[in-house]
Amino acid sequence: MKRMTKAFFAFLMAFLPLMAMAQIDGEFVKPRSGKFLLQNATVVTITKGTLSNTSVLVEDGKIAQVGTNISADGAEVIDCTGMFIYPGMIDSGTRLGLVEVSSVAETNDYSEVGNVSPNMQALTAVNPNSEAIPVTRVSGVTTTLTIPSGGLFPGTAALINLVGYTPDQMYAGFKAVVMNFPSSARRGRFDRRSDEDIKKDNEKALKEANEVWEKAQTYHQLKSAGATLEYYPEMDQMAKVISGELPMMIEVNAAGDIQNALKWIEGKDAKFIFSGVAEGWRVAGEIAEAGIPVLAGPVQELPTRQSDRYDAAYTNPGKMAKAGVKVAIRTNEEENVRNLPFHAAFAAAYGMGKEEAWKAVTINPAEIFGLSDMYGSVEAGKVANLIVSTEDPFETKAQIMHVFINGYKIPLSNRHIRLYQEFLDRSPGLKAN
Amino acid sequence: MKKFNYFLAALLGLSITYASAQTKKGSVLIKNATVLTVTEGTLENSDVLVQDGIIKQVGQNLSAPSGVETVDATGKYLMPGIIDAHSHVALDVVNEATAPIVAEVRMRDVVNPFEVGIYRALAGGVTISHAMHGSANVVGGQNVTLKHRWGSEDPADIIMQDAPRTIKFALGENPTRVHGRGKGTQPRTRMGVEAILRNGFNEALQYKKAWEDYNQASSQKGNTEVAPEYDERLQTLVDILEGKIIIHCHSYRADEIYMLINVARDFGIDKLVFQHTNEGFKVAPEIAEYTMGASVFADWWAYKFEVYYSTAFNAAILTENGAITSINSDSAELIRHLYHEAAKTQRYGGMTDEQALSMITINPARQLGIADKVGSIEVGKQADLVIFEGHPLSVYAKPQQTYVDGVKYFDIETDEDDQRLRVSPTEMVEPIFMIEEDHQCMQGTELYFSDISKTLFNTNY
Repeated sequence: MKRMTKAFFAFLMAFLPLMAMAQIDGEFVKPRSGKFLLQNATVVTITKGTLSNTSVLVEDGKIAQVGTNISADGAEVIDCTGMFIYPGMIDSGTRLGLVEVSSVAETNDYSEVGNVSPNMQALTAVNPNSEAIPVTRVSGVTTTLTIPSGGLFPGTAALINLVGYTPDQMYAGFKAVVMNFPSSARRGRFDRRSDEDIKKDNEKALKEANEVWEKAQTYHQLKSAGATLEYYPEMDQMAKVISGELPMMIEVNAAGDIQNALKWIEGKDAKFIFSGVAEGWRVAGEIAEAGIPVLAGPVQELPTRQSDRYDAAYTNPGKMAKAGVKVAIRTNEEENVRNLPFHAAFAAAYGMGKEEAWKAVTINPAEIFGLSDMYGSVEAGKVANLIVSTEDPFETKAQIMHVFINGYKIPLSNRHIRLYQEFLDRSPGLKAN
Repeated sequence: MKKFNYFLAALLGLSITYASAQTKKGSVLIKNATVLTVTEGTLENSDVLVQDGIIKQVGQNLSAPSGVETVDATGKYLMPGIIDAHSHVALDVVNEATAPIVAEVRMRDVVNPFEVGIYRALAGGVTISHAMHGSANVVGGQNVTLKHRWGSEDPADIIMQDAPRTIKFALGENPTRVHGRGKGTQPRTRMGVEAILRNGFNEALQYKKAWEDYNQASSQKGNTEVAPEYDERLQTLVDILEGKIIIHCHSYRADEIYMLINVARDFGIDKLVFQHTNEGFKVAPEIAEYTMGASVFADWWAYKFEVYYSTAFNAAILTENGAITSINSDSAELIRHLYHEAAKTQRYGGMTDEQALSMITINPARQLGIADKVGSIEVGKQADLVIFEGHPLSVYAKPQQTYVDGVKYFDIETDEDDQRLRVSPTEMVEPIFMIEEDHQCMQGTELYFSDISKTLFNTNY
């Protein structure tokens, strides 16, 4: 019996290499780099107008040339006649990569324990192989700001490009320390705190924020004076805001809170960005005057108050832009980041106009993140994040034909598309075989 | 017997209330629009005449009878009022989560005409919503079809009285979470869900037979039979078996959808619509053959495990396989742009304009059993209409005016911002809500969970 078993295993082992080679159908299409000439399109540059019959050369991950007479030498030519080239869209606030299935706690990595944890790095927890990433990028969203949430200082957000196998390969060059400004708004209908309790909670949170800030200032002063400091990762990260190395991104939404946040940053020598800003339209002038840029959204959202006009969230970005605020648009989503173009389009339809709305998902966030030399427009020298579309990619029925991220040609496939391919015409159909 | 009399008295009382409700009916002539009839093609530069809430004429160069207002819609689009086959707008409560079968519960008893969500839906062109019980039970309560006659304080006014009865069923994670894991009672698995259904229907058959036996015996001379005890829960299941109620079943996975199709076929039930149906595309031929189709999200996925293997091409696959398909909201936010949600079927699957528009008009009307009354612009139908600037499937489209029964309830030009019908006198400061609880399928079931799972209650669909 024993000998039989041994013989059987020997037999199996002999066949293993063969078995490993056999029976794998189809080939997985990966993102690939190279030299590509996108020929003869209408190029919507965002910063330099709209150019007809124009070609774009992609080489070494960059936009090498934008023009009418570009040599195709050595390049893979992609005919874009009748199509439109836009820069890749940037979503200025998501949890993409930090969440796989929202209701399954084990797959949620955006909220760490504790109230003051600015040293928590969103970039660390980004899963480059999340199913949501290929689902998102085929819509033309090429870059997202991934944000931790939770306590008062929940962590550090990171900008990522939606291509790459490690977080570092995805990292797009911008980080910010996140602050959740003490909120007078309710978290939902289940939030049954009295107005007084909310006020008390707010005062307590603001006191804590002030203490943290003062501590960080002290830490920074000591550190820059060359003092030997005990290991204090929270303050080490906060001190980077004081030193100007990192900006602080303040999530703030209710009008009164926005005003308080404007007061809070007064006299603080650091870079600030506001995010959310749902009621920004109520105090748009004050935000503009303070010169604070905003990452606004979601746009497809209910008004914050029952008495508000039904379209309050649709019109918010437009109203702030008109008042002179620099506005970027975000979805605040995870698996639905692909809807960024629709959020922007609703802002466009409700007062912002198409041109401003396009800026709000391209050059404006690039400028706010200090990366306008790399992202946000179709210009030679910038990173090749590009979309080729049958029409304006905001339009619901538009078909995205090609996507380039970091110069990589992105396969237009993902779980949703594969399931479509398998099940559109199922076999067997209704009857067996 | 006494109980039964009380019940009858209550029913009588209710029917008087409903009969006495006089809903407003309007007359209007809408001129020179691009009329998207949905069922009879697109008519350029055409007019629609509405009298007393009914579409009387569709054509060109119509003139207004005296006293009928004319609305110039030159350059604009006119489409039928949008119908949302899955909503919880205007309901005070959603879940009666106390037992796996609560068929006796009725959403028409908890309609709240003051909810500003009704007006917001009108501002998105939605004239009819299917206000559903939640998904905590295998057999939930009876739903109610609402007509968005904003402004009335009488719940009866916003109920579509001529719509047939429908009932909520639910499969998968929600009922097994509430009952099996929350309370330690069946069902904890999809096996248990099937058992609840089969046991329930078999019990209903016995109940039906008991009454039949009694009725037969009591018609005999000198009988001494005692009537069986009346049971509203079982009677409702009997009504389902007799085809008097349309089942609308919350479902996600293909296996559970297939299970309910088999149960329905075994019990001779053919009035069955699937809701959400994220994996409906996997059993599209079966859904097409044996049911009234599926009502789905345009693109939602991955918010819970049973929707992780979803595709935004779901509606297109279902349609191409011949299943009646509608796009719904299940959300106080999404309900405001269902025209845009429907357009997503063009991005994901290349649906035609007519196919896409059908998914928010005539198809949900069919699934609610009201397609003879609404869902298209046809002479004789109720005048639920929306005027759009821009084609409604364009992302830049804006609803301009919304009519229910020929009465205008939304006008982008003239409406006040604050549309609340009732303001609380004790509310000193108006609350601000950052995360509106707009998804309510599991509302009212929080009691059954520990604090830890409560924090995960972001996803309630």
